[in-house]
Amino acid sequence: MAQAITDKDGVKRYLITLNVNGDAHTVLVKGNAILTNVLREQLDLTGTKKGCELGDCGSCTVLLDGKPVDSCLVLAIEADGREITTIEGVAENGRLDAIQESMINHAAVQCGYCTPGMVLSAKALLTRNPNPSEQEVREAISGNLCRCTGYVHIVEAVLATAQGRLTPDDH
Amino acid sequence: MYVPDFEYHAPKSVAEACAILAELGDRATVLAGGTDVLHKMKVGKLAPEHLVSLKHLDELREIREEPGRVVIGALASHNQIYNSRLLQRRYLSLSMAAHTMASNQICNLGTVGGNIVNGVPSADLPPILIALNASIRLTSAEGERTMPLEDFFHGSAQTRIKQGEILTEIVIPDQATTGSTYLKFGLRRSGALAVAAAAVSVQVAGDTLHGVRIVLASAAPTVLRVTGAERSLVGRRIDDDLLAEAGYLAAKASSPRDSIRGSAEYRRNLVEVLTKRALRKAIDEGHA
Ligand SMILES: Cc1cc2nc3c(=O)[nH]c(=O)nc-3n(C[C@H](O)[C@H](O)[C@H](O)COP(=O)(O)OP(=O)(O)OC[C@H]3O[C@@H](n4cnc5c(N)ncnc54)[C@H](O)[C@@H]3O)c2cc1C
Ligand code: FES
Ligand code: FES
Repeated sequence: MAQAITDKDGVKRYLITLNVNGDAHTVLVKGNAILTNVLREQLDLTGTKKGCELGDCGSCTVLLDGKPVDSCLVLAIEADGREITTIEGVAENGRLDAIQESMINHAAVQCGYCTPGMVLSAKALLTRNPNPSEQEVREAISGNLCRCTGYVHIVEAVLATAQGRLTPDDH
Repeated sequence: MYVPDFEYHAPKSVAEACAILAELGDRATVLAGGTDVLHKMKVGKLAPEHLVSLKHLDELREIREEPGRVVIGALASHNQIYNSRLLQRRYLSLSMAAHTMASNQICNLGTVGGNIVNGVPSADLPPILIALNASIRLTSAEGERTMPLEDFFHGSAQTRIKQGEILTEIVIPDQATTGSTYLKFGLRRSGALAVAAAAVSVQVAGDTLHGVRIVLASAAPTVLRVTGAERSLVGRRIDDDLLAEAGYLAAKASSPRDSIRGSAEYRRNLVEVLTKRALRKAIDEGHA
């Protein structure tokens, strides 16, 4: 169990380790701290967005031990010691991931609010299933609501990534 | 969104969890995947003094085959149930029921135990588990008890869990049934609760039904087994009229409410159609 520290006002906090994008961060959190908020406010990783905060929209999606979850429904302390990937961890050595390139090339981003979650859901899908059907892509991102794009370009961008074509055929 | 503060516990074993729960009594709430608990805490419906997390109890995440039964740990996630080779082979109907649930993100967090103990009539896994005659194991500092899942639900979204108890396992006995299925109607394909749903299991020999279970979701204040409709089928030769009659009886026995998801009248209609179709599917396609 994470070490507990009680301050002079009697507020109890826990020392936990979050392995985020390959780096171990030790943070002091209250029991009721939500993972989204700790990532954004304590680790300054503001790529993870907050929308509904109730598990409906997917804008707070992160990968927990490789699997997409809504970080707004996870207590930070529940993620103690586990591997977390946020959108900041998707690009490697300053180079965008193929999904990110493809999303840009397919104009699959408008306001961008859903995009971090969308990319992480797509990334998890392609890691597990490098050759998904359109149906499988749609299922994988069905927990990520987008109010702007109408999804068509997003689905196309993910399928194109799987097929190794990073630029659109005809628009 | 504000989450009220609480004292956090993360016991390392079922025995330790039971001891903590026994000591804290009604001041404690169990935390599994948290998709219901945190939701309720955020909207102000729940403010426990203590949360007892089951996260270290990895032995409760297992899905395994034993002689005479399949055992599912209470902490198995919806995606584990959907992706389990064992369940896909033996009870694809159950795997597919898990797949009708919320988004991928919620299905990685939510657990079968949470879905059962939460007790709401719209939960997707209890109907098919009851159709498969599953029972549950509950453990507390006082010992263990087993009960048919069917007996666990009563009243209006009430369950028979006692203070201090942990649901540890769900047990599906080997079946005399030849088929089962879960048909759900939601307002969208993804991330929508059931407007109404029907789970059935059937035991077919030749052209006759020897055994049937029909269990409905979102059709009454609790998950509902419709024994009258079942009796109308047993020992009878299968034909479309017979199945339609069972659908009619199931709808008659249901008592759905009007809600934003659908009117009572609409839901009763759905029950009739879903029951009939589920029976046909289970008869023709086995545990699918
Ligand atoms: C956006 C969203 C969509 C959803 N869609 C669906 C859907 O389509 N279908 C559906 O059925 N549900 C749905 N749900 C509800 C929820 O995800 C499920 O009921 C889930 O199975 C709950 O499991 P959990 O592990 O998250 O439970 P928790 O929130 O951890 O717990 C739920 C309840 O069960 C108790 N509990 C949990 N595990 C145990 C145990 N082992 N022993 C004793 N008590 C226990 C808790 O104390 C609490 O009272 C949805 C929820 C959200 C937020
Ligand atoms: S902010 Fe988490 S799902 Fe909407
Ligand atoms: S681009 Fe605006 S919500 Fe998706």
